[in-house]
Amino acid sequence: MLYFTRWKAAAIVLTAFVVCLFAVPNFLPEKMVQSWPKWAQRHVVLGLDLQGGSHILLEVDTNAVRKEKLETLRDDVRRVLRDARVGYTGLVVRGNSVEVRIREGSNFDQAVDKLRELSQPLGGILGSSTGQRTLDITTEAGSLVRLTVTEPALVERIRQSVEQSIQIIERRVNELGTVEPLIQRQGTDRILVQVPGLQDPTRLKELLGKTAKLDFRMVDVSMPAEQAAQGRVPPDDEILYSATQPKNPYLVEKRILVSGGDLTDAQPGFDQRTSEPIVSFRFNTSGARKFAQVTQENVGKPFAIILDNQVISAPVIREPILGGSGQISGSFTVESANDLAILLRAGALPAPLTIIEERTVGPGLGQDSIAKGKVSAYVGAVMVIVFMLATYGLFGLFANIAVAINVAMIFGVLSLLNATLTLPGIAGIVLTVGIAVDSNVLIYERIREEVRGGRTPINAIDAGFSRALATILDSNITTFIAAAVLFYIGTGPVRGFAVTLGIGIITTVFTAFTLTRLIVAYWVRWRRPQRVPI
Amino acid sequence: MRLLRIVPDDTKFDFMRFRRISFPLSALLSILAISLYFFHGLNFGIDFKGGTLIEVQSKAGAADLAKMRAALGALGLGEVQLQQFGAPNDVLIRIAEQPGGEVAQQQAVTKVRGALGNEVDYRRVEVVGPRVSGELLSYGVVGLMLAILAILIYLWFRFEWQFALGAMIANVHDIVLTIGFMSITQIDFDLTSIAALLTILGYSLNDTVVIYDRIREMLRRYRKLPMPDLLNASVNQTLSRSVITHVTVSLALLALLLFGGQAIHSFTATMMFGVVLVGTYTSVFIASPILIYLGVGTGRDSLSSPDRDK
Repeated sequence: MLYFTRWKAAAIVLTAFVVCLFAVPNFLPEKMVQSWPKWAQRHVVLGLDLQGGSHILLEVDTNAVRKEKLETLRDDVRRVLRDARVGYTGLVVRGNSVEVRIREGSNFDQAVDKLRELSQPLGGILGSSTGQRTLDITTEAGSLVRLTVTEPALVERIRQSVEQSIQIIERRVNELGTVEPLIQRQGTDRILVQVPGLQDPTRLKELLGKTAKLDFRMVDVSMPAEQAAQGRVPPDDEILYSATQPKNPYLVEKRILVSGGDLTDAQPGFDQRTSEPIVSFRFNTSGARKFAQVTQENVGKPFAIILDNQVISAPVIREPILGGSGQISGSFTVESANDLAILLRAGALPAPLTIIEERTVGPGLGQDSIAKGKVSAYVGAVMVIVFMLATYGLFGLFANIAVAINVAMIFGVLSLLNATLTLPGIAGIVLTVGIAVDSNVLIYERIREEVRGGRTPINAIDAGFSRALATILDSNITTFIAAAVLFYIGTGPVRGFAVTLGIGIITTVFTAFTLTRLIVAYWVRWRRPQRVPI
Repeated sequence: MRLLRIVPDDTKFDFMRFRRISFPLSALLSILAISLYFFHGLNFGIDFKGGTLIEVQSKAGAADLAKMRAALGALGLGEVQLQQFGAPNDVLIRIAEQPGGEVAQQQAVTKVRGALGNEVDYRRVEVVGPRVSGELLSYGVVGLMLAILAILIYLWFRFEWQFALGAMIANVHDIVLTIGFMSITQIDFDLTSIAALLTILGYSLNDTVVIYDRIREMLRRYRKLPMPDLLNASVNQTLSRSVITHVTVSLALLALLLFGGQAIHSFTATMMFGVVLVGTYTSVFIASPILIYLGVGTGRDSLSSPDRDK
């Protein structure tokens, strides 16, 4: 146990030294570190509770995604059957399927064949090997066709929506000009947004909460909106209300003429004549063409500009707009015009997002926490060091050196992994110091027993190490299991604690098995003691 | 140099004798703890109950709790709790989960900001909606059970089944008593508390495993020694190590308790109780004697190898 070949000793010292080196970037000023190569720059990331910032968890409305997919399918069925000149009735969305009845006299089998073409293999080229398709098509009673969206297709669509949402969120958040935000998916339908340094997330939440679906539709002037609201709404129209007070009703066609997806740019500005804040926009070629056609055909009639199913304004078309650009005005403040421009440029979210969790820490609290963490770490370390020296003298010094290197190694590993350090994480490090000493205590107490039992000093030390190491392994593994479970179920600060605890256990076992042994071994070789000084 | 010796060498304290007291005492305390949990309840934080937590610091001197309470009470947000949090100008505001799903929670925050205005600094705002709070609670409970199971399996591998069972009973007892402690003190029970419980589990087992290791070694060596004597010897031999380690862990926790601040106070206090007080007691007075009742060590006499005394 006390014999180390030169190679082994060198390897141990080198490993410990290299790992400790990785901890260095954390303590040097930013400017110095930035000129180093990327792999040397790895450092510990401060958690939001130490840095200050906002943590927002969003959930994608999967029901909205489901509904939209089914409505698109229904429109596709309508298109396919009309193109094939097949008569049908009762085209409706029911549950997870679209149902349609083929009229008598139409070619049923031909209709079904055409509809089958709508079903595509999932995953493109790869999908055909898994055999999964987007639709299940069944028939009943020779006239009813039911197209059901398969579960894997829905899951895939949700996944795509989440990916798309992440990109749109990135664009929106970047407009805020903040420090590198973290935006990642969590689970199947959640997105985590973490913005360090953000103190008041109100504006961020507003930007994330709006779907920002913009469309342009004609207003139906055949009857006053109030009358339709009380009586019957024509089948091709719907009632929408204005976005600002007073909430006037508008009778608007369901058909979308041009949508926000065709916008290439949106900028806030001021109206030339009234100096009110407005948003000016520009369409791409196909949008411009549609817009030109609509305005040409409907001069003198009002059209509605609708944002998230609310009417922002309903101006009258005075002349055809061929240039593909225009402006939206209507009760904007400078800030709301700016925000709308941001939302339009970033794009509409495929499905609404709900905020299900929010945690914001101000910078004041963050700095306080760091300060407190440091003080408790230093005080704890000093107390333990003094106690160890008092109890074990010289060997206590060896243990203290080993524990100091242990802590440095913990920081090194944390840096290597770019792990997040939180306040509970600092508590974890302090606790690790308390328990790291235990490994040395186990060894030393064993050595003392062996000495009492009558062994020579060197044999006693040797036996102490060999007998104690199995126990060290056993006891630390149980704590490690607890840390692993905690990592799996925890979030945020608690996860930070699990990480430092787990890493601390690994480094503790490493230093006990190697460094402490090494130091004692070299001391024995150098001093050839007659007595064991503990 | 005279070194510090807290525990003298060769102690021969008869720990096992106390098992006739410690077992009923522990059973009683456990029942007490469980009934406390059901009747007095734990002070669930927003992590598990949902709702809003806002920590504010008044910009001008000590906070006027009464005034703030009146201002917030008028907002119609249901149950609103205010308490001083550390320094006299630090206030913790807790608002119950609002009916109306996720959006309602956000509206509550906006209303509070409106009511308190610029008189305070918002140090921390946490909003947990109904969905996430439900998940965190179930994850927490499942996690605890998973950890207990995983450790049980590991111990079964390393020791015989009686040891695994004994350790588990002792350490689950630790957790039960700690929950009782948290119920009496009404300490905040949130995610960090689950972290504390899991850590207590890990460290308690640490202790128990060290003693069991020694017991196993003694069982192999001394075939004729009666169990109570063997267990006593094991505990006495490991006593020095146990005490010293407990002192160092206590020192570390003490530093955290005194200087770590309010944010981790509930965590540190729970750890202190679980590891230092309860953990020590169970390792010595429950985990070891329980082996007698589980039948460890019987059947050694039938083996023919002679005593190998040192």
